[in-house]
Amino acid sequence: MSFLSYLINGISLGSIYAIIALGYTMVYGIARMLNFAHGDIIMVGGFAIFTVVSTMGLPPLLGIFVAIVVCTVLGVTIERVAYRPLRGASSLAVLITAIGVSYLLQNVALLIFGSNARQFTSVVTLPNLKLADGALTISSVTIVTIISCIAIMVALTSFINKTKIGQAMLAVSEDNGAATLMGIDVNRTIAITFAIGSALAAVAGALLCSTYPSLTPYTGSMPGIKAFVAAVFGGIGSIPGALIGGILLGVIENLSKAYISSQLSDAIVFSVLIIVLLVRPTGILGRKINEKV
Amino acid sequence: MAMLEVKNLGISFGGLKAVDDFSVTIEKGQLYGLIGPNGAGKTTIFNLLTGVYRPDTGTIFLDGQNITGKKTIEINQDGIARTFQNIRLFKELNVLDNVKAGLHNHYKYSTVEGILRLPRYYHVEKQMDMRAMELLKVFDLDGEWDYKASNLPYGKQRKLEIARALATEPKLLLLDEPAAGMNPNETAELMETIRFVRDNFDMTILLIEHDMKLVSGICEQLTVLNFGQVLTQGETSEVLNDKRVITAYLGE
Amino acid sequence: MNKNKVRIQNGITYGIVVGCWLLVQLMDKTGHMTSLLRGILVPLCMYSILAISLNLTVGILGELSLGHAGFMCVGAFSGAFFTKCMESVLPNLQLRFFLAILIGAAVAGICGILIGIPVLRLKGDYLAIVTLAFGEIIKNLINVMYIGLDKSGFHFSIKDTMSLGMDETGVVIIKGAQGITGTPKAATFLIATILLLITLFIVLNLIHSRTGRAIMSIRDNRIAAESIGINITKYKLMAFAISAVLAGVAGVLYAHNLSTLAATPKNFGYNMSIMILVFVVLGGLGNIRGSMIAAVVLTLLPELLRGLNDYRMLIYAIVLIVMMLFNSSPKAIEVRSVLWERFHKRKDTGAKEAA
Repeated sequence: MSFLSYLINGISLGSIYAIIALGYTMVYGIARMLNFAHGDIIMVGGFAIFTVVSTMGLPPLLGIFVAIVVCTVLGVTIERVAYRPLRGASSLAVLITAIGVSYLLQNVALLIFGSNARQFTSVVTLPNLKLADGALTISSVTIVTIISCIAIMVALTSFINKTKIGQAMLAVSEDNGAATLMGIDVNRTIAITFAIGSALAAVAGALLCSTYPSLTPYTGSMPGIKAFVAAVFGGIGSIPGALIGGILLGVIENLSKAYISSQLSDAIVFSVLIIVLLVRPTGILGRKINEKV
Repeated sequence: MAMLEVKNLGISFGGLKAVDDFSVTIEKGQLYGLIGPNGAGKTTIFNLLTGVYRPDTGTIFLDGQNITGKKTIEINQDGIARTFQNIRLFKELNVLDNVKAGLHNHYKYSTVEGILRLPRYYHVEKQMDMRAMELLKVFDLDGEWDYKASNLPYGKQRKLEIARALATEPKLLLLDEPAAGMNPNETAELMETIRFVRDNFDMTILLIEHDMKLVSGICEQLTVLNFGQVLTQGETSEVLNDKRVITAYLGE
Repeated sequence: MNKNKVRIQNGITYGIVVGCWLLVQLMDKTGHMTSLLRGILVPLCMYSILAISLNLTVGILGELSLGHAGFMCVGAFSGAFFTKCMESVLPNLQLRFFLAILIGAAVAGICGILIGIPVLRLKGDYLAIVTLAFGEIIKNLINVMYIGLDKSGFHFSIKDTMSLGMDETGVVIIKGAQGITGTPKAATFLIATILLLITLFIVLNLIHSRTGRAIMSIRDNRIAAESIGINITKYKLMAFAISAVLAGVAGVLYAHNLSTLAATPKNFGYNMSIMILVFVVLGGLGNIRGSMIAAVVLTLLPELLRGLNDYRMLIYAIVLIVMMLFNSSPKAIEVRSVLWERFHKRKDTGAKEAA
């Protein structure tokens, strides 16, 4: 029974990673950049909900809505101000700028909310699910998280496959020069990608803070890195890869916390990543790239 | 003994036979041309000869030595050097250092000797400088030795690539479209240089080229490739008058 | 030939370091030294060494590493472990420190090779994430490590102090997340400066040698480098290992500048690796002197802004973004080159008119 509960919690944590990883993977696939500030958008989403729900006393759903709006606007603004001028520059320059943005977000949050951890009230107010005569309790947050993740995956996949904007995103990720020639507005497509990624980060923020209800300006940083690992794990640029990578990562992390050592769980997660990459250098679902001679 | 003897060489990519049953014999000191329409598999053959790809079938003998399936760096040390269709210079290094990189395996001192600046470092570096400048003179690049390689004009970049390949002291030199992007004057000059290299460096040269003026001007023998297979091979003048060759290039 | 140009450039770089050292001595003598500044002298040298060594991997070899702090961590702990263990055997602190530097460098170098062999096959962002992972693993492992010493020898555990099972003479040397306490403070500004000069000597001479040429040829075009017979794996590994060795030296310096050594996300986590990378990128890829200057300026900047308290890291972040946009955005580069040309034209016409 306890194994089952660890497993389910792992899947739930993995679902959060998967939602964050989607943002990473989409941005990477389309703009070919590692958006290191993505994790901090999660933190901003968390604080937006905290302000609306705990400070103003408004309902959680409104909080999530506000967080999505704030993060989307923020994501698009960051792209416009900091990343777009660097299009065509070296990927390292973009990476460092993203790190600068990450510092910026953290320190703005630090100024406004201080460094003390804030108690986050869960946005899920449903009762917990008790199974097998109470031997197995699944918290409502866990269930909501897993369901949200599945819903997001389904919605995103059909958005990309069925809408014109989605097709444009695919085209840009395939070859942005050719996409421009076909009349696709690359800048707009990238902006939309950032908008979607940031909105997902807001949802991830709500779920993450509901699962681990303590919020600091650095809350998003480690989950951000882990989600990045998940994205690479699954094959960066691949949407199903982000799901598989996220869930695997969450499960491995939770099981090793439970059965091996809670202090070593990060080391185990990272070791598995290294092993996967050594066997499959572009991740589980990543495409192999051959260099033409 | 032939300098290069290739028998029944073949490779496929995902079911497509890029090169099929390719055989060729090149004698020492020969200037040999490999021609054919785009996509015929010419560069793939270069990649097979230099170990970038491993052949599925066939054997490659260089100067009597079996080099089939060896790695690129081993094949270079055995004596094949090449240039690339899309120029591949060390862009951030200067012209001299590009050639000195080519001298890497022939003028040696250890990393420690280099860091500690022991006498051997100065001695060997001086020899390298002299040898590299000699090679640059052949290609009339000695005046630009301290230019960044990427700042050279296109034609000179092609020449620098040949100089770098020669620095590795090969027995066989492979040139992949050396005249691509050159104007007629530059091409004529390049033809002289290639002949000069063959005569003065005692070199065997295999080249891929689309410029028929260059091919007919300097190549003694030709192989024509079409759809990965040998269409015909032999003396240049005979091959170029072959009806099948004209058809392959111009269509029916 | 270009030897002289290189010699002058290198001379300037060494000169800057020596000049700074002299300036500090002068300030000390004339009483212009603040305690804030005095405290930051050794870290300035340490960050410079880290930036220079990372530039070897990122700028000269052309591979992105986000795990540099991991090698620093290995160096710090192996060095401090040595000085702690040898306290009674070798009472001479300077000698112990000297040996600790060698040991820290060697252990970090071995780690560099062990990690480099499997990892250097990966490219670009994948290599970046794997090096980041290694850095985190190292930090994590050190945090659960307990090592004690009693008269029967060393005891090792990954659980707690009790499970070391030592007798009454036992001393715990590495105490899990608390790390090593009571490390001797042996690092001085003079030693740090000398180590920085040695680092510069190694890296600058390496770059302008046969090995350096091979490494840079791999960076510029791997396929061409292979085609002229350069052993890619060997030289990649060599650059990576030398970079790790020097990071290890910086780590030993770090460990002997504080009285307690613990591996926290702040000092040995990926944040540190990223900070060093920022020095390297802002100083210019492949530009060794630039790395050093960027490390010094960007370490001093937050300290000088200390008066602004809460705003200093914010300002740091904004400066970082603005500098990157100014340095690397294609538009800014274009504008700069246009201005540059105009300036030169004016100078040319000015010269002609004068003639």
